This record gives sequence, C-alpha cells and structure tokens, in this order.
Amino acid sequence: MAEELQEQLWLSGNEAIALGAWEAGVRVASGYPGTPSTEIMENLAGYEGVYTEWAPNEKAGLEVAIGASFAGARALATMKHVGLNVAADPLFTSAYTGVRGGLVIITADDPEMHSSQNEQDNRNYAFAAKMPMLEPSDPAEARSMLQRAYSLSEELDTPVLLRTTTRIAHVKGVVPRGERQQTPEPSIEKTPAKLVMLPGLAKLRRLAMEERMAKMRELAETLPENRIEPGEGRRGFICAGVAYNYVKEAFPKAPVLKLGMVWPLPERKIREFAASVDELMVVEELDPFLETHIKAMGIACHGKDLIPSRGELNSFLVRKAIDPASVGELFKPLELPMRPPNMCAGCPHRGIFYGLSKMKDVFVSGDIGCYTLGFLPPLSAIDACVCMGASITVAHGMAKALGENGTGKVVAVLGDSTFMHSGITGLLNAVYNGSYASVIILDNRTTAMTGHQPNPASGKGIHGDVAPQLDLEKLCQALGVPRVVVVNPHDVEATREVLKEEIASPDLSVIISRAPCVLLPEEARRKKPVYYTKTENCTGCTLCVQMGCPAISWTPLGPEEAVARGYREKQKGFARITELQCNGCGQCAAVCKFEAITRYEEEGA
Amino acid sequence: MKPSGNILFTGVGGQGILLASELTAHAQLAAGFDVKKSEVHGMAQRGGSVEAHLRYGEKVYSPLIDPGTADILVAFEILEAARYLPYLHKDSAVVVNTQKILPPAVALGKAEYPANILDELRSRQINVVVIDALAVAQEAGELLTVNVAMVGAMSNFLAVDQEIFLQVIDTTVKEQFRRVNKKAFLAGRAAVHA
Repeated sequence: MAEELQEQLWLSGNEAIALGAWEAGVRVASGYPGTPSTEIMENLAGYEGVYTEWAPNEKAGLEVAIGASFAGARALATMKHVGLNVAADPLFTSAYTGVRGGLVIITADDPEMHSSQNEQDNRNYAFAAKMPMLEPSDPAEARSMLQRAYSLSEELDTPVLLRTTTRIAHVKGVVPRGERQQTPEPSIEKTPAKLVMLPGLAKLRRLAMEERMAKMRELAETLPENRIEPGEGRRGFICAGVAYNYVKEAFPKAPVLKLGMVWPLPERKIREFAASVDELMVVEELDPFLETHIKAMGIACHGKDLIPSRGELNSFLVRKAIDPASVGELFKPLELPMRPPNMCAGCPHRGIFYGLSKMKDVFVSGDIGCYTLGFLPPLSAIDACVCMGASITVAHGMAKALGENGTGKVVAVLGDSTFMHSGITGLLNAVYNGSYASVIILDNRTTAMTGHQPNPASGKGIHGDVAPQLDLEKLCQALGVPRVVVVNPHDVEATREVLKEEIASPDLSVIISRAPCVLLPEEARRKKPVYYTKTENCTGCTLCVQMGCPAISWTPLGPEEAVARGYREKQKGFARITELQCNGCGQCAAVCKFEAITRYEEEGA
Repeated sequence: MKPSGNILFTGVGGQGILLASELTAHAQLAAGFDVKKSEVHGMAQRGGSVEAHLRYGEKVYSPLIDPGTADILVAFEILEAARYLPYLHKDSAVVVNTQKILPPAVALGKAEYPANILDELRSRQINVVVIDALAVAQEAGELLTVNVAMVGAMSNFLAVDQEIFLQVIDTTVKEQFRRVNKKAFLAGRAAVHA
C-alpha cells in the first residue's frame, strides 16, 4: 500500500480537477471565486505552464477562456452554479462558434445551499445551450473526466460543461496521477465564418450545431463513462454524479446504468437497460433532469415520485424513498440553540451594520458576501439579498418606485469584490438615471467569504504578485457620483454620523467603508491591542452585546446575584469579552459609555 | 480489524476540525483502507457548526455518513456533540471535548446553554468519553494542538497502530510543530480509555 500511495494522491474533487486540467495540457484558465468551485483555480495556479487568473466576474472569465481557445490553446473556465447565470451570454453563443483549442467550463453546483442563495440544477444549461455535460462521481473520476472533456471538446468542436456538486468538489479521495499531455502551440488562425456570429453566419452555425448534436448522441452510446454495471434482481437504477454512490451503497447488488455524460443521453443504451429490468428507478439530486428526458423517450420509470427533489441526498434517503420498510428508527434530534455562522470578532463590516441597525426606517438592500451575515440578529440590518451586484440596482428600483417618499430611506450595501463583479454597471445606471439611493462599498481589500482571493482592488494578482490597484474613489468620480465619502468603520461614532448624513442626502452618495478583513494573513499577523472588560463598571446596558461580536458574551443575573456582585438589584446581567477571541477592533469600547471596556496597553498610560 | 467504519468530526468553525479529520484519513490510508472524506467550506465556516465526514473500508462509495451510522463521533464542543444525536446508533462511541463555546443566542442572553446535555446521549446507552482537550494541549505546550489531542483520544477506538498516527504526523505536519503535535497526540491518547 505504501508504494501504491506514492503514485496515488489524496485529493479533493477541486484539487483533482486542477490536476486533470494540468495533465490535459490546459494553458489558460480564468474564473471568479465561488463556493464550491474556488479551490480549482487556487490549485491550478500552483502548476507550471498554465496561465491562471481571477477575473472580476464569471462572464469575463468565460470570455477569456473562449479567447484562449480561439488561439488554439486548451482553456478552462471555473465558476459556481449561479456564476454560470452571469456567464450564460457567452456560454450560449460559444456553442455556435465552437472551439479551436479544447474548452471546458466547470459549473460547481451547491445542492442544500451550504453557501449559496439558490440550488439551481445546472444540468438544465447543457440542454438549453446544446452542449455536452460530464458529471463525475468522485475526485478520481473528476480528474479522468477532464481528459475526456478536452478530447470531446476538440473532436466535436464544442465547449464541454463539467458539473460538480459540493459532495464532489469538497470530498477527498484517492486519485491516481498522470503525465502532462503535449498540446499544439497557440497561434492566430482566422476563421471568421465560424467565429463572427452575425445572423447570416450564425444561421449556418446553427445547422452545424444540429449535426454536432446528432454526432454527440451517437458518441454517447459508446462512451466508456456511460456504463452498465450488471447486478441481481429485477429493479434497475439509472444515476449519475454523487447519486451513483448513494445507489451503490443503498442497493449494492442491483443493476446500475451509470451515466458519466448527463447530456446528451444515450437513448439506445437506456432502452437496452430499461428492457433488462422490471422496474426502473432514476435516482438524481435536485431536478428530474434525467427522468424527464427518459420519460420523453417513452420509457416508464420512477424518479421524483419517490426521491426528494430538494436538498442533498444520501444513501439513507435513497433507501428510505425506495424501500421505506428497510430503514430503522433514528434517535430524534434534541432541541438545542442553533449555531449559525457569524461575522468574525473584529470584522470591519460590523461597524457599518451597527450604524444601519439604528436606522430602523431605512431599507437596506444587501448583496452576496460575508456581510450578508449582517442580516442575523442582533444587528438584523439587511432587508434584501438577491444575487451578486443586485444591491445597487434593487435599491435604485425601490427609490424610483417610492419617489420622494423614499428619500433618505434606501441604501445599498455590497463588498468590494461584489462591486467589481457586477455592481459597477448598477452604479453607472443609478448615476445616469438620477437615483437618490446611497451605496455603501465595504472595501476590505479581498474576496473574504471564499477564502481571500485577491481582486482588482487588492493590488495583488493570483500569485500574490503586485498588480494594478483599482482606485474606488476615482472610479466613482469618473462614473459621475455626486458624493463620495470614505470612512473607517471601526470608528463607529464617525461612521454613524456619515451614514446619517449621506443616506439622508437627496443626491446619490457612495460611502466607501475602508478597513482590511481581520482574517487576511497580514492582518492576522499584525500585533493588535486586546480589549478586556472591567466588569465592575458594566451597568448591563447591552450596547456592546447588541453588536453581535462573537468575543462578547452576556451573563444573566438574578437580583440577589446582582447585589452580591455589587450591581444594582435591577441589573439583569453583565457583558464580558473573551480575550482569546478579541481581534482588537475597539468598536465595542467606542459604544460603551461606562468605561467598562479597556485596552490592555492603555493601562498606566 | 473492523472492515469499515464511519467517523464524524463536529465542532465550531476555527477549531481545527479539518486538520483532525485529515490526520485520521491519512492514518486510515496508511493502514490500507479506501477512504473518503467530506467537508463544507465557505459560508458554513464563519463560527458556525462545522462537520467533516470520514468513511473507510475496502471500497467506499458515499462520501457522507448516513444518519444512524456514525461509529465514532469526535465532538470538539459539547453542544456540537449533542446536535449530532441522529447520526449515532446505540453502539456509537462519542469522544467529546469539554470546551463550551456559546452560540450567538446564548451569548446574547436569549437562550441558555443546556446543562448536562451529554446525559441525553448517555441515557440512550451511548458510550460518551469526555476529555479536557484544551488542558491536554496546554500541558503539551501548545493550545493549538487541541485538535491533535482529540485525534489521540479518538485513536483508542480504532484498530490502527499508534505508530501509524505518529508517522502521519511526521509526514503531514511542518517540522517545527511535529514534536509538540506528537506529544499532544500521545497525551490525548492516554487521557481516555475506549
């Protein structure tokens, strides 16, 4: 085993995809971070001979990959499921142009919404864009499917979608290693009839697509990744992706048709398999995608009549859905306080949301990032969150609907990375169309939620190298924003004043809240003051507790305990800082009116 | 040796659960098993409940532990042991760190941290083993080795030789931290009994 392990790696699905892409000879890769896709690009950046970059959004990333493919290079675009919505425009037309170098687009779906705003099933994109889609079942397959995806892409002259889900992307398993494939040198080759999608030319490409689809369907019949695993019994299963694993464990002896390519489907193979069993079960997470297309072939099957259509599956759920009697009783869950994620101790966003939490009649249009957690109690300071960049446009739309009645009552909040992703066009729209809604850009210099990927405002590239740094103030001024103010969110008093003044203003105002994420390595290393509580001074006013910092906790007291501790009888408790968790931002000290919160280094000063 | 098993790691984001599950996975691989491990990154990490599923055997398909099938629960925090009761069965072993981290509702004074919650597990005949892993780590000389102390405590319930774990620490941990981690592992292993 020890010798075998030297050739076998222990990798996550995302690490395996990076390895597979490198082995397939990928030369250019672009993407935007998004759980559960982020680690693909982070890992690929560590390989020699591949150009990698973080693009400002998924549309830009896919277009970069398309360009590289047009130059004859094998190219990769990575994104999370909702990112493909952003990239849908180039996606659909790249099916018309086809490719020169192989082009693979990774869509990492998030059933159960561990870290997403919806759980759309992106297999539907393969159908809609008329593109082949592969779906691995584990990290080892993810690696090998990259090879298949590139050969299919070049053979069929089409981009190929590869779909993963959280339980592929963030699952670790044993993966074999291979050599890097040699690919042709990129060059300029002009083929305008194929690449210039004017209506006349696109109509011709549309015909070519139909021919390609027919070829793809034929190829699907013999693709090794679509395989029948014979078994015992009269009940057969069709499945793909992670669901295959659940079927193998729930019904280990049953015959299975495993589809490695989920679009287009191998109709003859499916008919052959269906004819070999009495009862056909289609087991898939989320939408009845395979089921719908199998039923359209006139084949009877069970699917979503039994299998849940929302959330993740597991072997237990599959067994329970199909053979309820075979499942034993479980211990019932206990009633326990929930533990949702929270903004970190010392998070700069807290200063802004603390200010907004005091403005009860203001509608806060939020966005996607760590700061969406500003929604949670006790701050409860976000009233809407739809998709990346929507905060500004939603706020503008509300302002136009409310008219004068909404002046001073609508504000958009979004992070720096989200602003560059798709907030800039919204701000341009708001300026052009005369909005009064205010915009707060939480500029923490990084893409924090996904694990600190640099962005155009970080001044750093994907390798940590020096990169041009976007000047947000100048950009806002160039867009024509009438008022641009910069605040330090840790200065909670000044921040509240700025918020009051700017949100009330009848002119469009951009407030840039500037302080680095506390989790950035350079911030984590920086020596910071630690605050502690002089509990004897605490009056139990709870102002600091209302900031929702995980380093601050409340100890409730009864009247006798209060008196015993030297407090007034009426005092309901006291606040305390867990010093180990304090990141020294000082926001709590600024709100405390009773000198109960002090910095260590201030002692004796 | 048991041919297969499921180990569930739970705790609070930032407690080092991913490294603990990683060390255990490497030890199981070195012992000759097929292994799959599932984690969740992103939004779920920011101080929220965190879990890692580790499954080993001759051939592992599913990356997820089914409810009712966790053989060992390694809980880094008391509430996060109780929360995963539906994953346990009557022969499960629960190794739990006595640390309490207050969830937001408790920190805000809106809810109470449940008292004697581990008795709920014991009353169902589940074998609950407690360890003050923070104290063990402190004794070993580095507070950050809490997770390795927990792996040491858990290792009592596996048929994997302790030498394999020590070798895994040698191959996966940076040189300057190996000694203290091995010390924490052995101290954790000695602190409890299967």
